[in-house]
Amino acid sequence: MSISIKDVQYIAALARIHVPEDKLGSLAKELSNIVGYVEQLQSINVDHVTPTTHAVPLGNVLRDDVVLRSFTNQEALGVAVEKTNGSFKVPLVIE
Amino acid sequence: MSSYLKTAHEILDLYRSAKISPKEVYESFSARIKAVDPKVKAFVHLAASTPDFTMPGVSPIPIGLKDNLCTKGEEITCASKILKGFVSPYDAGVVEKVKSSGGLIMGILNQDEFAFGSSCESSCYGPTFNPWNLACVPGGSSGGSAASVAADEVAWALGSDTGGSIRQPASFCGIVGLKPTYGRVSRYGLIAFASSLDQIGPLTKDVTDCALLLNIIAGYDERDSTSVNYHVPDYTKALVNDVRGLKIGIPKEAFVEGLDPQVRSAVEESLNVLKKMGAVIKEISLPHTPYAVATYYIVATAEASSNLARFDGVRYGLRKMPTSTRKNALVDMYEETRFAGFGDEAKRRIMLGTYALSSGYYDAYYLRGQKVRTLIKQDFDAVFHDCDVIATPTAPTVAFKVGEKISDPLSMYLSDIYTIPANLAGIPAISVPCGFSDTGLPIGLQLQAKAFNEEMLLRVAYSYEQNTPWHTKKPNL
Repeated sequence: MSISIKDVQYIAALARIHVPEDKLGSLAKELSNIVGYVEQLQSINVDHVTPTTHAVPLGNVLRDDVVLRSFTNQEALGVAVEKTNGSFKVPLVIE
Repeated sequence: MSSYLKTAHEILDLYRSAKISPKEVYESFSARIKAVDPKVKAFVHLAASTPDFTMPGVSPIPIGLKDNLCTKGEEITCASKILKGFVSPYDAGVVEKVKSSGGLIMGILNQDEFAFGSSCESSCYGPTFNPWNLACVPGGSSGGSAASVAADEVAWALGSDTGGSIRQPASFCGIVGLKPTYGRVSRYGLIAFASSLDQIGPLTKDVTDCALLLNIIAGYDERDSTSVNYHVPDYTKALVNDVRGLKIGIPKEAFVEGLDPQVRSAVEESLNVLKKMGAVIKEISLPHTPYAVATYYIVATAEASSNLARFDGVRYGLRKMPTSTRKNALVDMYEETRFAGFGDEAKRRIMLGTYALSSGYYDAYYLRGQKVRTLIKQDFDAVFHDCDVIATPTAPTVAFKVGEKISDPLSMYLSDIYTIPANLAGIPAISVPCGFSDTGLPIGLQLQAKAFNEEMLLRVAYSYEQNTPWHTKKPNL
């Protein structure tokens, strides 16, 4: 299985990473090498095998529905790149 | 002898006999950092505040923290440009525990960007160098943690291990590194790489210090829903110099092509030592472990692509806009921020993980990876019915040269061939020094045990250490 330049463009859009035109070829090659290596997994018989999502089996972890101390608005916004009226400010979404 | 040369337990002994004050210890380590860190470059920055020496009832030990452990008031970046300027508003669970034990936080330590790497070269701050040979890498991703301990800049350090990131650098730097059982130590405040594999652990000068630091950081934390509420023993009780009758399994899959002959002979010699001390050595098989690296690069990158989606320029860290509009302002900001903020290896892994999770490939890659993970775990379960520990080399080679593998991702990935299986299985594993190459570089022996049986690892590692000289050697800096 090799990764084409078109695949890289598709994956980059899904991953929200801009990839300049002149990097598409080298990235396709690097990703193809790695995917080629992991291709060895296709040779293993995994019929009737349950997938492992976590090494230690755990159920859902719930806590009591009570208000606990959390960051104040000011603390949370202390790291903000840009803020306005107690909120994180982002570029215009709807024109 | 200057206190920076001492282990944490030796410093604690000096405190008990009132032969030294916390301030003297702090000053000794500070001076050592000043003297050698310009060469080693283990620190990304020193602690923002100087410690308070008036806290009663504690015995302060100088410690370094990896750059992915949130520490209140410190800039924490995972060695990535995308988090530059992020000053943590809170302490990770382990950092709280270190602070309440009186730990003297000396500074924040270098790593591969987002812990993606085995050489500490992919850091946005530039590489850390191996104290045993400054032309070589310290290993990674916790390379700063390992190098700082080996260079006596801190008494001990914390790192994180997703596929070997504590043990492999410990091996390359000639110190002790432990990856605890998944769930043993809280991940609250550890900036996540692969949530089902990540675990925080100690990097120390000897096995006694390893047990002491594990005592401080182990335990349940309700803020980490994968933390396990299971009895925490006093790990120093496991420091018993006796391996008589213990069964040590040697996987035949471990001694294969690609293993440096000098590493092989050092590990074989260490097994002879354990045998002479009364351990029973037996050959075992872990038939699916040759597939561990491939499985890991599906599971770990898939989880990473999801975890790293939060770094998008919206809230904290870097924000970048392209010079001209491409899609719309918000999407352009996400894409430009992530293009400018992530390094090459981070981009590769995010994209590989995105691919493995994408429609049409999910079953063939991610789901299949999780199933092979089950088979690897079952291999360990079967072997531990009849073995107390499993011994292998920690890494297939000694430390390689800076620049040697950075342009070949696949060959870099293979340096974690022996460490990755323990993360996939969730079991604890330790690396202890077991010799040197003819070029004077350290070699590590890895021991693995059943889940929540860190005591067995510590016992065998301690017994080995007490009967060999390796942990007493120091690099010339």
